[in-house]
Parts: sequence; structure tokens; C-alpha cells
Amino acid sequence: MLADALIWHRLQFAFTITFHYLFPVLTMGLALFIVVMKALALRTGDARWDDAARFWIRIFGINFAVGVVTGIPMEFQFGTNWARLSRYAGPVIGQTLALEGIFAFFLESSFLALLVWGEKRLSRMAHFASAVALFVGSWLSAYFIISTSAFMHHPVGYAVGPDQNLQIVDLGAVLLNPWALLQFAHNQAASVATASFVVAAVGAWYLLRNEHTDFARRCLTLGVGFGFVASLVVAFPTGDLQAKAVARHKPAALAAMEGRFESGPRAGITLIGQPNVAARRLDNPITVPGMLSFLAFGTFQGNVAGLNEFPESDWPDNIELLYYAFHIMAGLGTLMIGLMGLAALALLTRRLFTSRALLWALALAFPFPYIAVTTGWMTAELGRQPWVVYGLLRTADASSQMVHGGTALFTLIGFMGIDFLIGLAFLWLVARELSAGPSAHPHGTTAPEAAHG
Amino acid sequence: MADLWYVIVAGALTAFVLLDGYDFGAGMLHRWVARTDDERRQVIAAIGPFWDGNEVWLLAAGGALFLAFPKVLSAGLSGFYFAIFLVLWCLIGRGLAIEFRSHVADRMWRSFFDTLFMATSLLLALFFGVALANIVRGVPLSADGWFSLELFTQFRATPPVGILDWYTITVGLFAVAALAVHGGAFLALRTDGVVRDRARLAARRALSGVIVAWPLVTWATAVVRPGFFDAFAWRPLAWLFVIIALAGTVAAYAGLRNERDGLAFAGSACFVGGLLGATAACAWPALLYAVPVEANSLTTANAAAPADGLRSAFFWYLPGLLLAMGYFALLARLHREKARAGDYGSHG
Ligand code: HDD
Ligand code: HEM
Ligand code: HEM
Repeated sequence: MLADALIWHRLQFAFTITFHYLFPVLTMGLALFIVVMKALALRTGDARWDDAARFWIRIFGINFAVGVVTGIPMEFQFGTNWARLSRYAGPVIGQTLALEGIFAFFLESSFLALLVWGEKRLSRMAHFASAVALFVGSWLSAYFIISTSAFMHHPVGYAVGPDQNLQIVDLGAVLLNPWALLQFAHNQAASVATASFVVAAVGAWYLLRNEHTDFARRCLTLGVGFGFVASLVVAFPTGDLQAKAVARHKPAALAAMEGRFESGPRAGITLIGQPNVAARRLDNPITVPGMLSFLAFGTFQGNVAGLNEFPESDWPDNIELLYYAFHIMAGLGTLMIGLMGLAALALLTRRLFTSRALLWALALAFPFPYIAVTTGWMTAELGRQPWVVYGLLRTADASSQMVHGGTALFTLIGFMGIDFLIGLAFLWLVARELSAGPSAHPHGTTAPEAAHG
Repeated sequence: MADLWYVIVAGALTAFVLLDGYDFGAGMLHRWVARTDDERRQVIAAIGPFWDGNEVWLLAAGGALFLAFPKVLSAGLSGFYFAIFLVLWCLIGRGLAIEFRSHVADRMWRSFFDTLFMATSLLLALFFGVALANIVRGVPLSADGWFSLELFTQFRATPPVGILDWYTITVGLFAVAALAVHGGAFLALRTDGVVRDRARLAARRALSGVIVAWPLVTWATAVVRPGFFDAFAWRPLAWLFVIIALAGTVAAYAGLRNERDGLAFAGSACFVGGLLGATAACAWPALLYAVPVEANSLTTANAAAPADGLRSAFFWYLPGLLLAMGYFALLARLHREKARAGDYGSHG
């Protein structure tokens, strides 16, 4: 077990990327909120929107810092842990990763510095422009990294070279990979939903405590408004389209996501049930007949392949986890639409700010989108197995064969320790900002200094 | 095409060392040049707006290496596996220290992060020096292009080699001294009062060390890798870089003596850049030099990605870098004046 390095490489990559992603998922959505708040401030001339933006810029800054320090190791792990993948696919994914560094990270890091360090030095318009540039940078970086991931899910624009390694033939095709467009749409909607839940939760929390009520109402209004739309878009059309794409291009993954072993038309969608891989069946299923065929192919007669149709060597290697991950994501998606729907209704009928039950629900619901994005990525990545580049390179042939299992285990444990400490410090800093509140820094400071130092 | 990308990779790496190098240098000197909280906040404010952008040059260089020489990237990163993670963990610690320290006005919190900032900066400068020395000395590549290095073997710089030996450690220490000059000159330029005075002093002391050590390190290189300097016979570019480096030391010395901080900083930049340029000119065409079997080396000829992809990437990579320099110029213009303790955020 210890000598088999593959499992440790996989766990390390999964652990570090999952931890990294917890931070950008918020900052990408929050960047949009900051742009909107600053735009409202410019339009209405109401300085309280500036104050609100400033509060969220501070939360953004803390998240961004952790996003940066956890992101840098990701870039290197392609080489350290997946050396054979890098050698094989580097001529293609090296390009998209380099594009991200050159066009997105420089933009982001420079304009975050302007946003945080430059309010005093810039005009209001220029400060707003920095917020927009930061937003563009963070979404661009998501696009480039997702096109990297999309290439691995659905390779296009490449050829196999004379040395058996890949080479890039059409950068345009790699960048406009339909898989990337789908993933980007779904993923960015999820990120806006995440930020909405967080913004709304903070608003609800302050309102329940009867603190900073003006700020809280602003947060709730924006959070619920965006949250409702984003939650809808996450499920439909984007989630639905993702599922259709998986059905078409990765049928074995779809079968595993649904715990389906037999093939056939009028396939039902499973609401509850436990996959039993050894017996090749789903235990205690509760299904809606015909729905899966309909969702995947738009007709009840669509033939949805079951796992039995594929050789076991092509099955995703963790069917149970894949199945549960997918169901948790979709289940939470439904819950999120429901909750935000109720809240939006209450907002429109002016009952939200007084309904303690709804406020409590919003204050406590912010982990939902975090869990959904994590399980969503688990769905995507586990569904790609046993391939690392779908149909071209198997995960087992992609890791760094020179690295001993014990060494990889050691660095995995190292990351767990470091990320645990980072997590503690992060939570503590955010909790301090929350208890200090939006008005803790008078005269428009983004700085933690002014209050304490 | 592959040779052009060699220049790009070397250039981006040099830019990283020049830019993030002054952050490392400032970090090493941090607790010493800045003793009160206000002084320390001044140091943080001097590098605060820049460090992340500077670090992106590492990613830009890595990206260029990845797309142009995937074989070098994959062999190098997996071969140095453990050392790479030490570097990455130091980068994590340094970034957090810069970003987190001023958030909490607690003495122990700040003291902890100040020390972390100093220690990680020092180690990073050391590690990057050691890494460079490993590449000059050579790594045990096999015929199929892979290697794996022990952290150390018998410290002898002869096969079987390890990451640490007398030569690589020497170069590592030399890098620490060189970046201390660079960071000290940077702080002198960007701060005022006692911090500036102490930074100048530190840079001057480090510069004396550098001037003494430079010939020694050069001699050591000639011993460890005979033939490395042969390139001087037929590559005028290498001479040019050496002249730049020499002029840089003179300028740094004069600048520090006469309190002309701009000159000193430009001088230390020329020194560091010139040395790296000369090294790159001598190492070409090998990206990873192999010992003991030189024929296994990964070079621009046998490790490059297919030329079509390299050609098209050239057309976006360079304009992208120009854009990045534009952002940097914008930031630098806004931060023309000296950094102050209350700088973080605004209106403070
Ligand atoms: C707030 C988070 C969230 C929510 C509520 C949902 N998703 Fe999702 N989903 C993601 C967040 C996410 C994600 C983290 O953003 C993923 C991972 C990869 C990707 O592009 O998006 C993802 C992946 C993903 C995939 C895998 C694509 C692949 O294999 O490449 C499918 C099929 C779906 N989603 C479908 C759905 C459906 C039918 C939902 C119904 C409500 C749903 N998602 C809700
Ligand atoms: C967008 C860029 C991404 C790329 C290029 C990428 C690539 C990879 C690679 C190379 C592996 C290792 C091989 C394997 O075991 O499959 C992997 C595994 C994994 N990734 Fe991703 N990933 C990306 C994003 C994410 C994100 C954002 C998450 C989670 C939040 C994630 C979750 C996982 C998980 C859970 C695994 C482990 C799967 C397993 O071990 O079977 N990935 N991914
Ligand atoms: C293997 C996959 C990934 C790698 C190699 C990676 C790499 C990085 C790096 C190096 C940084 C720091 C940039 C800086 O210094 O300014 C970063 C930050 C960031 N990453 Fe990732 N990343 C990965 C996955 C993802 C995914 C899947 C997304 C979004 C879809 C994402 C979005 C971001 C964003 C928005 C930032 C800015 C910092 C932040 O918002 O926290 N990354 N990433």
C-alpha cells in the first residue's frame, strides 16, 4: 500500500485542489458583488454602498490571499506528482496553464493591489475600474483553468506526435472546447450562488442580532436577488446541459453517477438508493420512471447505457463515491433553489427582514453551495476515471514514477497539516472581521490597521 | 524556435529573481532593519502591493517551461520532488506572513509572522541558489530522461550527487548575500528614516561579502563543472552579461556609499541579472545537464515541444508579458513615494 505511490498522488492532488477551490469559488462570485456595490455607489451617490463594498473587499482580501498561497502549489503538482501526464500532455495543457498565468494572474494580482492599497490614491472612477479589472481577471483565470480541465475531460485540437506525446494543433479549438464553455457556465453560476449565499448569510446574521441593520438589508437584498437567479441557472440550463454532455460523451460516468447497471430506454432517475457494486445493482431504489432518459436525451425512449455494457476496466474506480457525490450536488441544488425562491418571494412582499425563520435558514445555509461545488468537482473528476486524459491516458500511467510512495504520503501529510493551520487562521480572521462589522473602519479604510493599530 | 523559448524561459526566470528577489531580500532583513511595529509596517507596505505580482513571474516562467519543454518540467519537478515541496511550503508561509501579519494588533501574532516572513525569505533565497547550482553541476538523468535526487549523498559534488553538497550550499549562501544586497537597496529606496539607514548598512555589509565571494564561487564552478566557462571563448553574449554584472557591483557600491539609493538598486539589479544571464549563456543548449552521462542531457534540441505549437504560443506570450509590465508600471507609478506604516488600505 505504502509503496504504491499512485493512491497518494491522487489523494494529494484531490486534497490540495479541493482546499484551494474553497477560496476562489467565493472570490469569483464576490468580485461580481463588489463591482455591483461600487457601481451602485457611483450611480446613487450613496456612500453606504461604498462602505458595504469596503467590508466585502476585506473579506475578499483574506480569501484571495489564501487562494494565492494554496494555488501556487497546484501549478507545480502537475510536474511533481503527474510527471508522465505533464510530459505527455504538456504541449497542450502547458499552453492553457501559461495563458492563465500571463493573462489572468498578472491582471488579478495588480488590480487587487490597486483595490486594497489604492483607494486613497485613485479617483472613485479609477477605483471602480480596478474592481472591474479584478472581476475580469478572476473570471479569466477560471476560464483558462477550466479549459485545461475540459481538455482532460474532452480532448480536442490536438494530435499525437511522432514521439507518442500530444501536440497542439489548434489552440482556438482547445480554448473554445464546448466542454469548457459548459463547465465554465455551470461553474461560474455556482460561484455566484456561493457568494450570494455568503452575502445573504452575513446580512441575515446581522439582522437577527439587530446590528448594522442598514448594511444587513443591503446584503440581503443583493444576496437573495442574485442567489435566486444563480441557483436557477446552476440547475437549468447549465447543470442540465452538463448532464446531457456527460450522457453523450462519457456514458460510463453517467451510468455510475446514477448507479445504473442495466441498459435500456425509459430509464428512471434515482432519488434515493445505495449502489451495490459487488452485486451489480442498486439497493432500495426510489426512482422516477423515464426521467433519466428524458433528462439525458430529451425523450423518454432514450437508451441509457448501464455499467454492464462496459468492461470493468473502463469503469470509474470509485462508483459509490461518484454516485453519492452527484446526488448530494443535485439534491443541494434543489434545496438551494427552494430556499432562495422562498426568500425572494418574501423579499418582494417585504416580509423577509422580519421573518426570523427565513433569516435563520439563510444564516445557516451558506455551507450548502460549498458542499455542492466540492461534490460537483468530485463528480466530474471521479467520473473521468480511470482516465486522466479521457480516452487517451490512464491515471495509472500518468503519475511520477520516480517518486516513492512514502515520499508522496509524507508531502500529503505535510499539506494536511499546513492547510489545517491555514484554515484555522482563516476562520479566525474572518470571524474577527464579522464581529468588527462593516462600520469598524471609519473614514473609508480598507485597512485593519485603523481600528486597532 | 526552441532556442528562442530557451531565452524566454531564462528571461522570465531572471525577471522573477530580480523582482521577487527584492521581496526575499527585504524579508531576510525585516526583523533587523525594522524594530518597532511602525517600522515593520513600513517594510510590509514597501513590498505589499508588489509581492504577489512578482511571484506570478515564477508562474509565467513555469508556464513557458511547461509548454515549450514539457520533458524538462516533468523530469525536473519530479526529480527534485521533495525539495520542490520545501520551496512551495516556504512560499505559502511567506505569502501568509505578508498578508496576515497586520490584520491583528497583537504582539505575539505579529512577532510570529515577522519571524516567519524572515525565515521563509531566507530559506527561499537559499533554495533558489541551491537549485541553480544543481542545474549547473548536473543531475543524474537516465537515458529515458528521468532522474530522482536524494536530498544529500556525501556532499562531494561528484556522482552519486545529491541536492545538497559543498558546492550547491556555497552557491545558496552566495544567493542569500546577493539578494540581501538587492533587498536592502530596495528598502533604502522605498522607505525613509531609520529603516532606510539600517537597510543601507545591511546592503553594504552584504555587498562586501558578495565581492569577496564572487571569485570563489566562480572558481568552484570551474572545478565542479569543468568546461562550463568554455562558452566564453565563442559566445560574446556571455561577456556582455559579465560586464553588466561587474558594472552593477560598481554602481551598487557607489550608490550605497553616496546614499544614491536609485543607483544602488539599479546596480544590484544589474549584478543579479548579469550573473543569471551569463549562467544561462554558458549553460545553453542544455536545460538539464546530465552527470555522469552527459549524452543524457535534456537540451533545446531534444526536449522541446513541436515547433508549430511553439510558434503560435510566441504570438500571445510576448504581448501578454508586455501587458503585465504595463500593470506593473501603473502600480509603481502610484507608489512613487516612500512607503509609510499607515499605507495598507487607505485614508489610514
Ligand atoms: C453550487 C454548486 C452546484 C450545484 C447546486 C450543482 N452543481 Fe453541478 N457542478 C458544480 C456545482 C454545482 C461544479 C463544482 O461547479 C462542477 C464541477 C465541474 C464543473 O464544471 O462544475 C459541477 C459538475 C457537474 C457535472 C459533471 C460534469 C462533468 O462530468 O464534467 C454534472 C453532470 C452536473 N454538475 C450537473 C448538475 C445538476 C443536474 C445539478 C442540479 C441541480 C447541479 N449540477 C447542481
Ligand atoms: C480545473 C482544473 C482542474 C484540473 C486540471 C484537475 C486535474 C486533476 C488531476 C490531474 C487529477 C489527478 C488524477 C486523478 O486521480 O484523476 C485530479 C483529481 C481530482 N480532482 Fe481535479 N482538477 C481540476 C479541478 C478540480 C477542482 C476544482 C476540484 C475540487 C474542488 C477537483 C477535485 C478532484 C478530485 C476529488 C480528484 C480525485 C479523483 C480521484 O482520485 O479519483 N479538481 N484532478
Ligand atoms: C489544477 C488546478 C489549479 C491550479 C494549478 C491553480 C493555480 C492557481 C494559482 C497559482 C493561483 C495564485 C495566483 C496568484 O499568485 O495571483 C490561483 C488562484 C486562483 N485560482 Fe486557482 N488553480 C487551480 C484550480 C482553480 C479552479 C478550478 C478555479 C476556478 C474555477 C480557480 C480559480 C482561481 C482564482 C479565481 C484565483 C485567484 C485567487 C483567489 O480568488 O483565491 N483555480 N490558482
